[in-house]
Amino acid sequence: MSVPAIELRGLEKSFGLAKIIQGVDLKIDKGERHAIIGPNGAGKSTLFNLITGKYAPTAGSVHLHGQDVSGKKPFEINRMGLSRSFQITNIFHNMTVFENVRCGLLWSMGYKYSFWHMVNGQRHLTEKADEILEQINLTSRRNVVAGALAYAEQRALEIGITIAGGADIIMLDEPCAGMSHSETDLIVDLIRKVTEGKTLVVVEHDMGVIFDLADRISVLVYGEIIESDTPENVRASKAVQEAYLGTTLEDAG
Amino acid sequence: MSTPATTPLTAGTRRLIPLNHALPWIIAAVCLFILPYVFDSRSALTIMNQMAITIVFALSYNMLLGQGGMLSFGHAVYMGLGGFFCMHLLNWVEAGLWLPLPLLPVFGGLFGLFFAFLIGSFSTRRAGTVFAMISLGVGELVAACSVIIVIFFGGEEGISGDRTMGPEVLGWDFGPQEQVYYLTALWLLIAALGMFLYSRTPIGRVANAVRDNEERAEFLGYSQRHVRWMSFMASGFFAGIAGALFAINFEILTEENLNLTTSGSILLVTFLGGVGFFVGPIIGAIVFTLLQTVLSLYTEIWALYLGILFVATVMFFPGGLAGLLAMHVLPWKLGKIGHLVVPYAKMLIPALAFVLSAAAVLEILFHKRHAGLGDHEMNLYGITFDSHGAMPLITVLAIAAVSLFAIVKLAPGLKAAWDDATHMGGHHG
Repeated sequence: MSVPAIELRGLEKSFGLAKIIQGVDLKIDKGERHAIIGPNGAGKSTLFNLITGKYAPTAGSVHLHGQDVSGKKPFEINRMGLSRSFQITNIFHNMTVFENVRCGLLWSMGYKYSFWHMVNGQRHLTEKADEILEQINLTSRRNVVAGALAYAEQRALEIGITIAGGADIIMLDEPCAGMSHSETDLIVDLIRKVTEGKTLVVVEHDMGVIFDLADRISVLVYGEIIESDTPENVRASKAVQEAYLGTTLEDAG
Repeated sequence: MSTPATTPLTAGTRRLIPLNHALPWIIAAVCLFILPYVFDSRSALTIMNQMAITIVFALSYNMLLGQGGMLSFGHAVYMGLGGFFCMHLLNWVEAGLWLPLPLLPVFGGLFGLFFAFLIGSFSTRRAGTVFAMISLGVGELVAACSVIIVIFFGGEEGISGDRTMGPEVLGWDFGPQEQVYYLTALWLLIAALGMFLYSRTPIGRVANAVRDNEERAEFLGYSQRHVRWMSFMASGFFAGIAGALFAINFEILTEENLNLTTSGSILLVTFLGGVGFFVGPIIGAIVFTLLQTVLSLYTEIWALYLGILFVATVMFFPGGLAGLLAMHVLPWKLGKIGHLVVPYAKMLIPALAFVLSAAAVLEILFHKRHAGLGDHEMNLYGITFDSHGAMPLITVLAIAAVSLFAIVKLAPGLKAAWDDATHMGGHHG
């Protein structure tokens, strides 16, 4: 078996006396679409932030493609091919849509900290950014300031920036939060399209989205993973039903 | 923006720099060239030189504040240290070192860069308040050093030198003010163009990204700390150039070039002009230098007026003067700029009356307190009167009150005209 894209070993995180993540072991294979669900306050966001380097683990370790990245900074982890989106839309509000996507491309296209290139003169950069705009259906909004976009468009842009750098592990934090049904359908299609052949980790409240999208689901309750299996098995699991008091999953039908 | 030409045939013929981008720079260069023919007095040249130096300094400051989102209270350090080193270099030139004067700003820049590299290595770890506090501390520290390390800073009298000792360049020895002007103007152009181009490089754009959202930038592969550090070094480099130009122009540097007053006033200049625009600091530097030099000819309390102007700008026009101009782009594009002329003209009269009468109140009070004993005669706006009498004060207070009342009365009309001019369509509902 090949090296998993993400591997968590005995991961723990405490804030003061509060133990938010208490010993998580998880393997996510390359190319897998993995969803993390759990009730509010289960520690989903904390787990997300531990994997992406925003927080350093209290104990245990995070491995990307077999390499230990525990305690590395977000930018270092990003350079190793992991990119994330945010639950609260986190775009560059003062820049145009095009510039937002271009910012997502700069490092991966090798411009790094260059002060000897003119960004507007880089044809490949412009073409690549326009390609991504096309993918996320924002070509018509190219020169609009990002802050002026509608909410659903901002969410799409958020995903566009996330995938722009060509990372092979994409982590999306509640990509459908606050969206209507029709908008959710669009964004799920978009996610499916842009993460083709990549490893996807998604945290989401909308069970419909989860069961539609994921190959495997991990259920996080009080900082522990109580189940990690295929959607069918998770749906049938007694432990999960207890954790959710038997309501949410049935609602999702 | 149009899509770039992609066919192989047209690709090669694409101009490297489109003409409409180069035009403002060509106009600026021509203006700089002919200005000394328009204003040819010695004092005018001095003011223009001072303006040019302030522009370079303010632009470099805006690389931090406007483009990098770093509020520094100690930017004079980099201009000052660059200047002090250049002063020493000039003295070594006098002792026999071969260095043509026009190249001195390069070294000023490198010294500024060097110190920004050192200090930035720890001060740019964090943005926001931490950065501001460290900049303040470093500013104090260096200013204090300037009095202690006499061998380098020359103590209270500073260090001075002679700019004319280097080899002549094209027959110029840079003794006359006019030659210094052209040297300064050339470096102004080089530095301004350099800073403009920097803002359009990947690192320049990422500096904006870190300013707007440092967390997002980190997750795009950029270390926010390195980005800030690089902006800081670039800013220090251009501040050092300003320092070298100062050394060339004034041939003396003192503690004043490093202290917090200078650091504070460059913040003022930049904010007054507008941090959100590249031209903002340029406008700010021109207006500030003019006000400073012209106002100080007429009144002793010019600093008070500058302070009031600054507070008013921060409160009412956070975009600064450049922001104020940029606000009018929309009515211009809608073809409605003409709608504003009459309301503006109406407002101008009471506004002018208010400013002049309010200033008169301050001037009379100042004269009353500070004029020599028995010197009751005061001249203001060409009118001579007794500053200790009640009548003049009552009169100007009355004018101020009436004009303020008129301003308040006219304000809704101006706002309606503004709303009309900034919206599409014929009539304002």
